[in-house]
Amino acid sequence: MLTLEARATQSALAAWLSPLLALVLTALTGAMIFLAMGKAPGVALYIYFIEPLTSWSGLSEVAVKAAPLILIGMGLSVGFRAGVWNIGAEGQFIAGALLGSAPAVYFFESTNLLILPCMMLLGILGGMAWAAIPALLKTRFNANEILVSLMLVYVAELLLVHLVQGPWRNPQGWGFPGTRMFPDAALLPMFFPGYRVHLGTLIAVVIPFLAWFVLTRSRFGFQIRVFGSAPLAARHAGISSGQMVWTTLLVGGGLAGLAGVMEAASTIGQLMPKISPGYGFTAIIVAFLGRLHPVGVLLAGTAIAVTYIGGEGAQISAGLPKAVTGLFQGIILFYLLAFDLLTRYRLTRVGTKGNTA
Amino acid sequence: MKKLIRLTALALASTLALTAGTVSADKLKVGFIYIGPPGDHGWTYAHDQGRLSIEKELGDRVQTTFVENVPEGPDAERTIAKLAETGHSLIFTTSFGYMEPTLKVAKRFPDVKFEHATGYQRADNVSTYVARFYEGRYVQGVIAGKISKTNTIGYIASFPIPEVVRGINAFLLGAHSVNPDIKVKVVWVYTWFDPPKEADAAKVLMDQGADIITQHTDSTAALQAAAERGVHAFGQASDMIHFAPKTQLTAIIDEWGPYYVARAQAVLDGTWTSSDTWDGMSEGMVVMAPYTNMPADVAALAAKTAESIRTGAFHPFTGPIRNQAGEVVVAEGQVADDGMLAGMNFYIEGVDDKLPE
Amino acid sequence: MTELLIASIMTMMTAATPLVFAATGELVAEKSGVLNLGVEGMMLTGAVFGFAAVTLTGEPLLGLAAGMIMGLLASLIFGVLTLSLLSNQVATGLALTIFGTGLSALVGLDYVGKTIEQIRAIHLPVLTDLPIVGRLLFGHDPLVYVSIVLLGLTHWFLKHTRWGMILRAVGDSDQSAHAIGYPVIAIRYAAVAFGGAMAGLGGAYLSLVYTPLWAENMTAGRGWIALALVVFASWRPSRVLLGAVLFGGITILQLNTQAAGLGIPGSFMSMLPYITTIVVLVLISRDSIRIRLNAPACLGRPFRAER
Repeated sequence: MLTLEARATQSALAAWLSPLLALVLTALTGAMIFLAMGKAPGVALYIYFIEPLTSWSGLSEVAVKAAPLILIGMGLSVGFRAGVWNIGAEGQFIAGALLGSAPAVYFFESTNLLILPCMMLLGILGGMAWAAIPALLKTRFNANEILVSLMLVYVAELLLVHLVQGPWRNPQGWGFPGTRMFPDAALLPMFFPGYRVHLGTLIAVVIPFLAWFVLTRSRFGFQIRVFGSAPLAARHAGISSGQMVWTTLLVGGGLAGLAGVMEAASTIGQLMPKISPGYGFTAIIVAFLGRLHPVGVLLAGTAIAVTYIGGEGAQISAGLPKAVTGLFQGIILFYLLAFDLLTRYRLTRVGTKGNTA
Repeated sequence: MKKLIRLTALALASTLALTAGTVSADKLKVGFIYIGPPGDHGWTYAHDQGRLSIEKELGDRVQTTFVENVPEGPDAERTIAKLAETGHSLIFTTSFGYMEPTLKVAKRFPDVKFEHATGYQRADNVSTYVARFYEGRYVQGVIAGKISKTNTIGYIASFPIPEVVRGINAFLLGAHSVNPDIKVKVVWVYTWFDPPKEADAAKVLMDQGADIITQHTDSTAALQAAAERGVHAFGQASDMIHFAPKTQLTAIIDEWGPYYVARAQAVLDGTWTSSDTWDGMSEGMVVMAPYTNMPADVAALAAKTAESIRTGAFHPFTGPIRNQAGEVVVAEGQVADDGMLAGMNFYIEGVDDKLPE
Repeated sequence: MTELLIASIMTMMTAATPLVFAATGELVAEKSGVLNLGVEGMMLTGAVFGFAAVTLTGEPLLGLAAGMIMGLLASLIFGVLTLSLLSNQVATGLALTIFGTGLSALVGLDYVGKTIEQIRAIHLPVLTDLPIVGRLLFGHDPLVYVSIVLLGLTHWFLKHTRWGMILRAVGDSDQSAHAIGYPVIAIRYAAVAFGGAMAGLGGAYLSLVYTPLWAENMTAGRGWIALALVVFASWRPSRVLLGAVLFGGITILQLNTQAAGLGIPGSFMSMLPYITTIVVLVLISRDSIRIRLNAPACLGRPFRAER
């Protein structure tokens, strides 16, 4: 009879295998779904998963799409490791975009080179401020951070609408919602003409490695890892759960806020009523798919970005609806969670004669 | 040799493109970007009907592609660019928020022609077009003024942009022309399409005494919520009579077909140039659905009013028109010019609301 | 004025009903120790399949049943992952929400723009026509009454039946319950399934009664509100109705103030329901004694029988 036995330490092999297995199984499930929809599975899978990587413009778009996912996913993974569930990254993204874009909105003709770093900083602060609310409410009043951070997403969305419809609206815009286009000095520089890869994309690639360094070499990183796997031990070592909640939420919020202002200052180039197609929520999948590990998040963000770009291509060339992409993402997460089991438990055989494995 | 290459290319292309079929160099490929699903029976549905008109009128000479549910912002830019990259020579972007992405892509693909709906910026290869929906609103106002017993109209508005404000004003002008005591109550739902919210708004307006409901949102929910209480309502963007057979009075139908066909034909003939089109009843872009569920004399009056607008004998915004502060904005006997109409961000007197700032 | 008040209360009750269904189900699941964040996904699943069923068969009852069944099946995915495969409940619940949203969008593609015969409010001769109380008590659509009855039954089950007590025991102290011999995992499965069926029913209510339409994401966050309601109600069924009406009321209130022309900016009013939820959450949570008394002690923790 097969039974589960807890492992003493997480199996590293399983930890890296499970995302791959999840992706493969998702592809297989996808093939079945495509068949059921009457589309040729092989071609559809190609368009979804491979085609985006076959051209420079495809790669550039994948990178551009992956950047916010990676940044936010990084921030979330830090929190998730510590058992702090920040579901409101979407709201922190918007808050960061709002505060970070303020200089561009008010100094709309500026050519001052300092405006961009200023915006980045404000973006981080904005995201942090938005994440500070659930942190405060959790540590002071024990309010569940999942619900608080989530409710704040709706509040942030409405605040954005209010601002771009009212005080920040472009006066030359015929009354339509949206700020002026940001001045060139306030836009993230792009590198290759014709492609949308920009400085933010580069930052998003570098940060995971920085984070890896911090997590594995620094005291702070050590604290996070200990707190996540053995909260009681962590407390004995002097790490308060309140501190953990604050630091992880601020880190998560800051990174989400940075992603937000970078998005506004690059591919969008202004603020409009809707600036995120759900990055904050997709980043949750990215964090898990990346096993909460910085480099994993980098890879996972890229993989998810590929499915987005592939999904758009599939709409155009295969008539597949956009909804399939969302479905895929849910399925990936399910498979991943199912295999998660294998990293923490081992399948053993228990004989009926009483001998243990 | 050329034939062999062409054959090989065709074979390759057909293994990648499933529903699009083989690409013929002679067909004009026309692309459409939709903000919502064609099944919404509203805004997007009407555009899709226009697309089908192109197919019907121009048959073998065209091939249309559409991408639905494209969010405004960077995703839109990518999708529009993809259409341009895949050989589409005429691309319709059917939402205001696609303006910046359309312009950006148009710069990269100077040989592709773009048609942007409801926008205000053009380029050598970008045209704009919108319909004079306010003409239909005026007619609706006339009907409402005659039929309402409580003298209270419920107006479900989406976003405080000029188009919507213009609609409210036109409606009230029409109503006042037959019944000076009519009041309009406005609820802003900050969405174009959210059936439960639209239903809520309708219920609240009816609770507050409105006995006719009209909307500037896209679903049939408000109409149906009104029908459930036996309250009259107006359909929006398409004839919604089968959703409320006993209570729909009429609907403004967006007839994009003739314009779309004309533009496609122009590209085929090589006569396409950038233009700004603001057509209404006289050009057949705005059509009223049959007048139903009302006394014969009201229907006759409505038809007569519509006809006088259609022939140009009457303009809905004919002075004297006063704004909410009582100032005369259009003098007696004068007609509001297109500039004032396009940027309309003030209410005329008689609206029971303050414009959100 | 009374007319407006009565009408508003009627509208508030319909706004509250989907929340009552979903929150009741989630309450039972949480009482057994399982935190299922997938309510939004389950509601959407129920909404789309309920709508599809009625479109195809024309039978409202079939639609409601379909909504319940599909919500239940969706919750079982969660159940298998968390109860048998011991995956993290928070992550799995989120996955269910994402999956349910995507699945419903896909299935719903064929149904956008279609409509069905709406389930209408009841009209009892004499009773409904009574002044004031008539409509308030006897004029709602049938599901409003069903939701209240179900809530009452749940309360009675949890408090006054043996199995209810066992379920609560499982949620409070799973190891002890297991030691006594109660089937912890099986009970949790049942609780999760009930939660799924209720969420599905709540979703079906949206697409069959609230508006006879389907639209992607039509729950618009109601699933998350339902989760907050369970905390607001301190895991007591009697409070769920109050919370649901309150929340439904705030949503309607903001629309009412707009229609009344009071001049408060619409987007700020729209924030009210969410801010209120946060405020209420804080108020409830800071009473840590009440939380400890009522919150199931094992909430969110996977159960593995110790040898």
